[in-house]
Amino acid sequence: MNKKHIDDIEKQMKLANEGLPECERCLFSDDRPSSVEAFNKYYEGFLNWARSRSLWMLAFGTGCGATELRPLMTSRFDMARFGIFPRPTPRQASVFVVGGYASIKTIKRIIRSYEQMQGPKYVIALGSCTINGGMYYDSYNTINRLDYYIPVDVYIAGCMPRPEALIAGFNRLKEKIRAGECEGMNEYTEKFDWYKENQKQIIKDWNMPDYNW
Amino acid sequence: MEQLIRKIKGMVHLKAYRKQRDDLYFITVEKAQLEMILSHLKKNEGFTHLAFLQAVDFIEDSRFQLTYMLYNYETGVNLGVLVLIDRDKPEMNSIHKLWAHGWQYQRELHELYGIDFPGSPRVHESFVLEGWEEMPPMRRDFDTLEYSERTFFQRPGRSTNDPKEYMKEKMYKNYAASPRIRRDDE
Amino acid sequence: MTMTVALYTVISVTVATVYGLTLGGIVRKLYARVHGRFGPPVWQPFLDIIQTHGRRVSVSHGRMFYLGPVFRLAGGLGTYLFIPVIFGSAVFSNFSMSGDLLLVMYFIFFGQLGMALGAGQGGHPYSPMGIARGLSQMSAFEVPFSLAVIAVAIQYHSLNITSIVAAQQGGFMNWTLFTNPLAVIAAMISILGMNMHAPFSIVMAPQEIPIGPPIEMNGSFLSILQTNRGLFAAAKLVLFMNLFFGGATNIIEMIVKTFFIYMFSVFVGAAYPRFRPEQSFRFFLKWPALIGVLSIAYIVYLGGAS
Repeated sequence: MNKKHIDDIEKQMKLANEGLPECERCLFSDDRPSSVEAFNKYYEGFLNWARSRSLWMLAFGTGCGATELRPLMTSRFDMARFGIFPRPTPRQASVFVVGGYASIKTIKRIIRSYEQMQGPKYVIALGSCTINGGMYYDSYNTINRLDYYIPVDVYIAGCMPRPEALIAGFNRLKEKIRAGECEGMNEYTEKFDWYKENQKQIIKDWNMPDYNW
Repeated sequence: MEQLIRKIKGMVHLKAYRKQRDDLYFITVEKAQLEMILSHLKKNEGFTHLAFLQAVDFIEDSRFQLTYMLYNYETGVNLGVLVLIDRDKPEMNSIHKLWAHGWQYQRELHELYGIDFPGSPRVHESFVLEGWEEMPPMRRDFDTLEYSERTFFQRPGRSTNDPKEYMKEKMYKNYAASPRIRRDDE
Repeated sequence: MTMTVALYTVISVTVATVYGLTLGGIVRKLYARVHGRFGPPVWQPFLDIIQTHGRRVSVSHGRMFYLGPVFRLAGGLGTYLFIPVIFGSAVFSNFSMSGDLLLVMYFIFFGQLGMALGAGQGGHPYSPMGIARGLSQMSAFEVPFSLAVIAVAIQYHSLNITSIVAAQQGGFMNWTLFTNPLAVIAAMISILGMNMHAPFSIVMAPQEIPIGPPIEMNGSFLSILQTNRGLFAAAKLVLFMNLFFGGATNIIEMIVKTFFIYMFSVFVGAAYPRFRPEQSFRFFLKWPALIGVLSIAYIVYLGGAS
């Protein structure tokens, strides 16, 4: 293979960032995300144990379900005793709670925030709207299935699920983390093109980089 | 209020007048005379607050009805000024010079109903829907279910129940036999 | 000899970090009880550090971004390593030497400055806002604190923490708390700002500028900052204990004294809402500064007696 050939292949490996204007492309990274292998079995098990006991939730109310997170934080249900804390920035958060319906405008922000989270990252989708559209199944601007756009670890059904149901959902997530089943981050990078295709199908004005580092 | 209506009748051509409640009235005026009547109401009659600007799609009559809801802080009276405009060529005069926040309503109406307001600032920018390509979605001939099925991924196995029947079936089947719940009239 | 010193340093730093982090856990629990909640377990800060350190990916924004947390930890370590923790103990005497008080005063400021360089490169608008608030507040509470420290230095004719502690031995009436109460009042007000609990929690104000300077820090960067938070808290408390409360001759005494010094700022924090930034700066520059000046006047006036 000559040099030009290699350059072509390297170019294909990069993201095009076609949504951005030409002058802004140099400001954003065009690297593809890559899968990161787990550490060795025992260390990873220990880390998973710690991760499951210290879940940092991205405090981003994406729908009406965010209302149910407030009683969960305050005295009556008190999620802090389970080691769940709100964190105001996606850089530090590890759990993304998608609160109910996600309109097209919101899912754009959801994708941005999800991609900015540092792995391993988990997603809890709450409410029927994220499962099959719920009562908004025929709406023109809310999505029907969340798992076509970002990988979801735990669904909590209901409209709205009570805080008790949310606690049950968090406990299910903890079990999955401890069993090492929550590899949504690697799933996202492995099926990256499929996810991007689905996302671009509904987000018509894609004016952000293809992967938000 | 009756006095005000009489006064308005003297000024413009009043197509219809309806009293809904003691503090809620609706008047229908001509499209061309709207700006005049609104500025009169704002400056001389104390209707200083534009509560909302809303549209209704009368597809059968091929009309859009615009509702300018005004509020008088002194008397506590709501006055809806209605205008009917042509549905095929929806265009309306902008009121952003009377109420500065009017441009935001007009931008929303342009996006959701396709009503144009020439001269209104930023009226062609997207408001809620980013990158919308279809016909304006709040028009009644837009089929949202068909659009949703075409665009979003459906999860098979979805079923719909009538809430009343379903609750009767699931929850209250043994209602009469229940030892704890008992009403006096049974 | 060198190996022994290295071993002692490692033990000393580890104990201080664990102690500081546990205090942090206790504070969380205490705040939760004030809110009427159960709260997280006391060991939650350790789990948080393991969790943040165990992230598989972390994003950096450039060279200074790496240096920010390192400077912060260096500031914490520098503060701690020049303070004798336990009077007369070989393991916990650290690197106390003549003039270490000045060095410690410098290192308290150092971490924040380094953080300012590092967090600024993150590019998030909340980081410079938090840093501006933090540096302004730090300059403000340094005034009463420095005045109190100067009063102490004049009183004991020394800038060496070990000899200041030595001068306070022999009964609690020899503590600065009783020999120069004005300096202690000024310093205890400034520790409220130093510990950044409410009403002076303007740097990491969770509802205004969510967590402030470290907003872009992730993964291991954040775990360094969290470790430093434990170490730095312990260092500050030990410094206050040494300067004003007679130091400690064994580890139990150290823990009891520092615990109550810390709980002072925690109780104030649990009871008061947050100041606005300008209120906070003005607060420190008014009465606490005046009390600090008075404490120097008091000790100079009484100087002949001591």
